[in-house]
Amino acid sequence: MRFCPPRAVIGFVLLLGLAALAHALTFPQLTGRVVDEANVLDAATRQALTDKLAAVEAKSGDQIVVVTLKSLQDTSIEDYGYQLGRHWGIGQKGTNTGALLIVAPIEKKVRIEVGYGLEGALTDAVTRLIIQNAILPRFRANDFQGGITRGVDDIVQVVSGDAEEFKRRAAQRPENTAKGVDILTLILIAFVLFAVFSAMRGSGPGGGARSSRRSGYAGPIFIPSGGSWSSGSSGGGGFSGGGGSFGGGGSSGSW
Amino acid sequence: MSFAATLSRFRIPTVLALGLLLTGCGVNNIPTFDEQAKAKWADVNNQYQRRADLIPNLVETVRGYARQERETLEAVVNARAKATSIQVTPDIVNDPEKFKQFQEAQSQLSGALGRLIAVSENYPDLKSNQNFLALQSQLEGTENRIAVARRDYIEAVRVYNTELRTFPGVLWASTVYRSHKPMETFTVTEETRRPPAVKF
Repeated sequence: MRFCPPRAVIGFVLLLGLAALAHALTFPQLTGRVVDEANVLDAATRQALTDKLAAVEAKSGDQIVVVTLKSLQDTSIEDYGYQLGRHWGIGQKGTNTGALLIVAPIEKKVRIEVGYGLEGALTDAVTRLIIQNAILPRFRANDFQGGITRGVDDIVQVVSGDAEEFKRRAAQRPENTAKGVDILTLILIAFVLFAVFSAMRGSGPGGGARSSRRSGYAGPIFIPSGGSWSSGSSGGGGFSGGGGSFGGGGSSGSW
Repeated sequence: MSFAATLSRFRIPTVLALGLLLTGCGVNNIPTFDEQAKAKWADVNNQYQRRADLIPNLVETVRGYARQERETLEAVVNARAKATSIQVTPDIVNDPEKFKQFQEAQSQLSGALGRLIAVSENYPDLKSNQNFLALQSQLEGTENRIAVARRDYIEAVRVYNTELRTFPGVLWASTVYRSHKPMETFTVTEETRRPPAVKF
């Protein structure tokens, strides 16, 4: 056995330093589906967004989180975004179907960060369209609530499988999309909730990958792993990331 | 009871205990970290490949509007040809020479692409072309994915190389896993540089 040559030691120390640098960022607490650290949303909007995003997760398991930041801590929004997504573990473990809408009002930057599993639907080109058409015009007029709400609506529409429809309409945006939930969606949600609850009573956590993906919202049956469990305490029961991962998909904009 | 019978009665528990003991000593760590680093390398490579696949379309689109930027366009085409001509075999991560070549070719391509995007700023028609904007956002996203994949790879290699050089991994590296060599990683200078300015 031979000892490490000095050069290797130096290289090793350098690498450790680099790793320490990479972990210097601090992240806000995941307090719910809407984390409004920069305080740009009122309570009603926050609640409306939370309900909308909860419905999406109940339907498809896709976790979408809105976050406004007080500071990007001197890094780029791209660098901050994927690390935040991984830190919170947004998206289901295994399928990685999560997305973040990140707004940094101080730095005037916005980004849609897309988890591995949603990259097929929320492509870079589509996220750019959402940012350019739905979000930025409103942000430029200081309408953060409107921009975020419209952005979330578009993201939800795309992940719900309407990417083509969305692209077709993107050029000439209609002034208002239909609000409220249609009956079919309600039936679907009720059905999924019913399935989740009966699964909870029946087989418990051993239900396989499919059922654990479906049940992401119902905290109790989901087994946390890899430290991605955070103590969320929003109004409608705890919300926490399912352990999804991010690889830098999505796009950014500034105003 | 004969000695042999006693031995056979205790064999299974002994083997189990020994197995547990060895696992506790991290006998599995080197192959595990090795596989993880290789998977991260595959990610890096995929993202570079994805970028190479985007380029022909991008070059054609820019050429349609900015024919006079022949030099810049050619630089991109040549850099891409050079980058894709390097055979990326799995053992490239253990070959400092080839790894350096690969890294240099890719960073040259990054530079050429950065210049192409920069000159395209001068063409308003190009900048409002939907196809170009879509390609640009894909390129931007891919550059970002490359940056993330590279950082993940660097971290995975750091873990793997550290295991090879520190106790108790160093014991296994010098006995059971003699064929496992430290992996090459991306240089820090390249990493601290911001990704090429592919900005709107």
